[in-house]
Amino acid sequence: MDILVCMKQVPDTETKIVINPEGTGIVTDGIKYVMNPYDEFAVEEALKIKEKMGGTVTIVSMGPQRATEAIRTALAMGADKGVHLCDDAFEGADSYSTAKALAAAIKPLSYDIILGGKQAVDHDNAQVYAALAELLDISHVSIVTQLDVAEDGKSAVAQREVEGGAREVIEVSLPAFIACQKGLNEPRYASLPGIMKAKKKPIDVIDLAKSGLSADEVGEKGAKLKIRKFFLPPEREAGKILEGEPEELATQLVKLLREEAKAI
Amino acid sequence: MPQGIWVIAEQKEGKLKKVTLEMLSKAREMGQEVTALLLGSGVEGLAADLGQYGADKVLVFDAEVLKDYSTDAYTKVICDAVKEGDPSVLLGPATASGKDFLPKVAARLGTGLASDCTDLSMEDGKLVATRPMYAGKCLVETVVPDATPQMASIRPNVLAVGDPDASKSAEVVKKDVNVTDADLKAVLKEVIKGASEKVDLTEATIIVSGGRAMKDADNFKILWDLADALGSGTTVGASRAAVDSGYATHDMQVGQTGKVVNPNLYIACGISGAIQHLAGMRTSKVIVAINKDPEAPIFQKADYGLVGDLFKIVPLLTEEVKKLKAQD
Ligand SMILES: Cc1cc2nc3c(=O)[nH]c(=O)nc-3n(C[C@H](O)[C@H](O)[C@H](O)COP(=O)(O)OP(=O)(O)OC[C@H]3O[C@@H](n4cnc5c(N)ncnc54)[C@H](O)[C@@H]3O)c2cc1C
Repeated sequence: MDILVCMKQVPDTETKIVINPEGTGIVTDGIKYVMNPYDEFAVEEALKIKEKMGGTVTIVSMGPQRATEAIRTALAMGADKGVHLCDDAFEGADSYSTAKALAAAIKPLSYDIILGGKQAVDHDNAQVYAALAELLDISHVSIVTQLDVAEDGKSAVAQREVEGGAREVIEVSLPAFIACQKGLNEPRYASLPGIMKAKKKPIDVIDLAKSGLSADEVGEKGAKLKIRKFFLPPEREAGKILEGEPEELATQLVKLLREEAKAI
Repeated sequence: MPQGIWVIAEQKEGKLKKVTLEMLSKAREMGQEVTALLLGSGVEGLAADLGQYGADKVLVFDAEVLKDYSTDAYTKVICDAVKEGDPSVLLGPATASGKDFLPKVAARLGTGLASDCTDLSMEDGKLVATRPMYAGKCLVETVVPDATPQMASIRPNVLAVGDPDASKSAEVVKKDVNVTDADLKAVLKEVIKGASEKVDLTEATIIVSGGRAMKDADNFKILWDLADALGSGTTVGASRAAVDSGYATHDMQVGQTGKVVNPNLYIACGISGAIQHLAGMRTSKVIVAINKDPEAPIFQKADYGLVGDLFKIVPLLTEEVKKLKAQD
């Protein structure tokens, strides 16, 4: 199986978000970047498929120079090689222009299945997988918590999480894009030998020229959705602290919820 | 020129989802003709409700092949309809199905989609959508300046539902459904029901959540008891620590890497208030925290903080709520 994983480097979930004075973006100084947590499930699942069926795992990522670190992390977990879409022209992309660039990088590759996270926890768009699948003319299955690839590698059965804890069981012919959700697996940690080996694994850097796309199709210029303003939500103020015996607390709270907050 | 606002209705088992009414209520404020798209099998009867909540026109796509949700079928039906009708704005629900087909529709139509929006407005005929990023740690205003339809998916439980107008009825137009089995590349085999028949976290009006302090899965029963006492629309959530320790299932996780929720009331029991958890529940209208540590960060965000042992307080709360409900 030739397995691709679309991966994004994002700010650590601990990050406190600060908006720049112009309101055009967030302040990036001092941010620690990590592999998107949902993409960890995708890398893990790719490695499991490879362990079972053989093949190669290729990490495909679009992002600035620093994204190499996240690609190396995936290589240290056990992936074989990386493809890094890196060019100033790719900056400021929306989901559509991201999918465009990824599709250009993926089209020349041979692939049987593509995995990725169900969303990137920075912009939270949760769109790239579906847009990419559409541009590649393949199916996608989203919010996947269980995946079984058929022995011949031609199809897969995926469970997709829907409302109320229910799951849809979907059979899909491959290649398809599988968007991974928590619960699918437990991502492994990179081992020390893995980290050493990762240093020597190849990463193919694709700039705008190599992608074959024009500057108008990618990044901010190619974006269909434009962000015109960033702002912070109103801060929540700390409210009342109730103290006393458990009985008093319970009576007081129910009264306040009914009469003051009108929430019950 | 593209014209009008189209709203993709979501129904399940013949009932309209509340988010459909939320979308229509918003759409009718925007001063353009509102058209609802209704997909399903045997669903035509819902068109009247769509009219009362704001649709001027309802396009009904009724066919056996649309009985269950399918990415391929929905995408094809909606894209074909948009190409024919040329709307200026296309809205859909940010639900498990909406999040699945809307980005595919946007890519096929080559337009922009603002996902999981919490507000919408119209400026000179242009849709301005507000949406959270970084799990709600910040918000952005977005526009789709050069393409149509301008698309947005709407987060359930955020926008207000207006009063129905019983005197209003929509023009109902039955449309052909041109989907064959050959169009279906991904096929639904079966639906596995969830362990509980409770309302989903993203649609709940009240959530009782448990953290690491719950100590084991069985103890979650006291949270379910409180939820039951609070009535329908209430469900139980969990912190990641509780999920990772096996006390609760993955679909119950609230937070940056779980569900982002916005109920009327969120009751956090034995949850410290880590930044990733807060990101997922900070837009709840009223937050109650029960924690034995007076220094727990959750108290900084809570409207009502109860310092004490949840194992004592929660059962007493259940009793108090029952008493209150008995008087109603
Ligand atoms: C990449 C990443 C993503 C994450 N995503 C999420 C996410 O989506 N959601 C999420 O919740 N977390 C998430 N986390 C984890 C988060 O950082 C915290 O570790 C987690 O939220 C802690 O859960 P908790 O509050 O239940 O546990 P703890 O922090 O251990 O808090 C337990 C609390 O219970 C109190 N307590 C103990 N006993 C009692 C008692 N008897 N009565 C009353 N109070 C009591 C304690 O005082 C304490 O405040 C994420 C972390 C990372 C690194």
